[in-house]
Amino acid sequence: MVSIYEVNETNKMIEQENLDVRTITVGISLLDCIDSDLEKLNQNIKEKILRTAKNLVPVGCEIEKEFGIPIVNKRISVTPIALVGGSACREPDDYVTIAQTLDECAKEVGVNFIGGYSALVSNGMTAADEIFLRSIPRALTVTERVCSSVNVGSTKSGINMDAVRIMGEVVRNAAELTAKDDGIGCAKLVIFCNAPDDNPFMAGAFHGVTQPDAVVNVGVSGPGVVKHALESCRGENFEILCETIKKTAFKITRVGQLVALEASRRLDIPFGIVDLSLAPTPAIGDSVADILKEIGVEHPGAPGTTAALALLNDQVKKGGLMASSFVGGLSGAFIPVSEDQGMIDAVEAGALSIEKLEAMTCVCSVGLDMIAVPGDTSADTISGIIADEMAIGMINQKTTAVRLIPAIGKRAGDNVEFGGLLGHAPVMKVSPFACGRFVKRGGRIPAPVHSFKN
Amino acid sequence: MKKSIITVVGHDAVGIIAKVCVYLAEQQINITSISQTIVDGYFNMMMIADMNASTRSFDQVNEELRALGDEIGVIIRIQREEIFDSMHRI
Repeated sequence: MVSIYEVNETNKMIEQENLDVRTITVGISLLDCIDSDLEKLNQNIKEKILRTAKNLVPVGCEIEKEFGIPIVNKRISVTPIALVGGSACREPDDYVTIAQTLDECAKEVGVNFIGGYSALVSNGMTAADEIFLRSIPRALTVTERVCSSVNVGSTKSGINMDAVRIMGEVVRNAAELTAKDDGIGCAKLVIFCNAPDDNPFMAGAFHGVTQPDAVVNVGVSGPGVVKHALESCRGENFEILCETIKKTAFKITRVGQLVALEASRRLDIPFGIVDLSLAPTPAIGDSVADILKEIGVEHPGAPGTTAALALLNDQVKKGGLMASSFVGGLSGAFIPVSEDQGMIDAVEAGALSIEKLEAMTCVCSVGLDMIAVPGDTSADTISGIIADEMAIGMINQKTTAVRLIPAIGKRAGDNVEFGGLLGHAPVMKVSPFACGRFVKRGGRIPAPVHSFKN
Repeated sequence: MKKSIITVVGHDAVGIIAKVCVYLAEQQINITSISQTIVDGYFNMMMIADMNASTRSFDQVNEELRALGDEIGVIIRIQREEIFDSMHRI
């Protein structure tokens, strides 16, 4: 029987430490919607999404009430649209119509984001893939809730540098088209290496082709809970520190597992995975940076930060693994800049640079995330930054991602404002030295030697 | 229906338990366990309740308990037991 202390502990996590289920994401396969007629394809997509996800929001609200835990977002991910639209789309604007269909579906079902406006081009691009990539800036401009991601590399296949070059242009273009909203289009666009196909978190969620027809994935968060738990072991050694993080991660993930199973049962859609990621929000007390500070660095970016983040990420995974039968997605610590007040403070204090963030991405679960860069940053430079980050993922056999926002008309030190969960960001300084000759070589970077495991 | 946990937190006053129990009795909700403490002057109670015989839906009870809490000046919550079980039991 549960005790009053356990009940109080759980409720305190929820009420005072921002423990929440960050998202219930229903993955939906659109492979059976494929048609060579664009209008029919759009119709099929709409029909399938509305049919599969119609109960998602009501079920989410039901679970929220019964268990007394906030379920912040209800979301949908779909099969990468580059595949789904390949036989119907002849030009970028054809793909944009699919983005508009997805946006309509999201609004009708009541989800705040729909992911999967994506392409998987780690080895090479088909003609349709390339048309798709060119459609991304406009798709993100004319829609509100559609998220896009492109996987340009993997440990198994190397890095598709042609795609990296194009994505530099795509990011710039998306920023220009949405300049009046501080480049919000780029906040919904992620470039990946080793993208997981069961990730419930936006903007990088898509429903992989190896997945079943539909699946429920749940993302749990709770940086505030970990931070609070660590307050009780100030001055203790690393063993005690790590043990505390692990135990807390276990408890948080158990809630995710419970919600995932309930959602799966009530929606009659199979359970996929639980993703335990410490995902910050701009809310005070919901910060990964604060955990790093609690571990012992003055600001993220100070010497010791990478080691602190490494141990945090690893303990989160260890705690989470035992708590759920299926842990997946990214599961670790996210270090977006604009979405974390502590990271913003660190940048403003001069403690954190893009170069240090790059080092930190070697040991945490994602990458250069929600970073505003000066408006005059060239497409080549963006491609160079993407290539660096992809190389880290490829060599370390992990997922890495880039979500950069060129702040058109702004310079380092200025501010951009996205609002809501996306927060605001100080524009960060980017190296002024050129990499055009490198980016323009063309072709692929071969897979690394440790990919040959067969 | 599985068991539910009712928690009551707020400033201590006369008759909190009585009022909550009267409401539960009216709704045919059986109380199988009660524990109560005062922490820093705050009244803190937890009940384990069995709603099998009640005709009220979970949602209705939730709303009515919230309203009752507002009336007494405490916060009353009802949550299904599983969330605590999964977090604290292996």
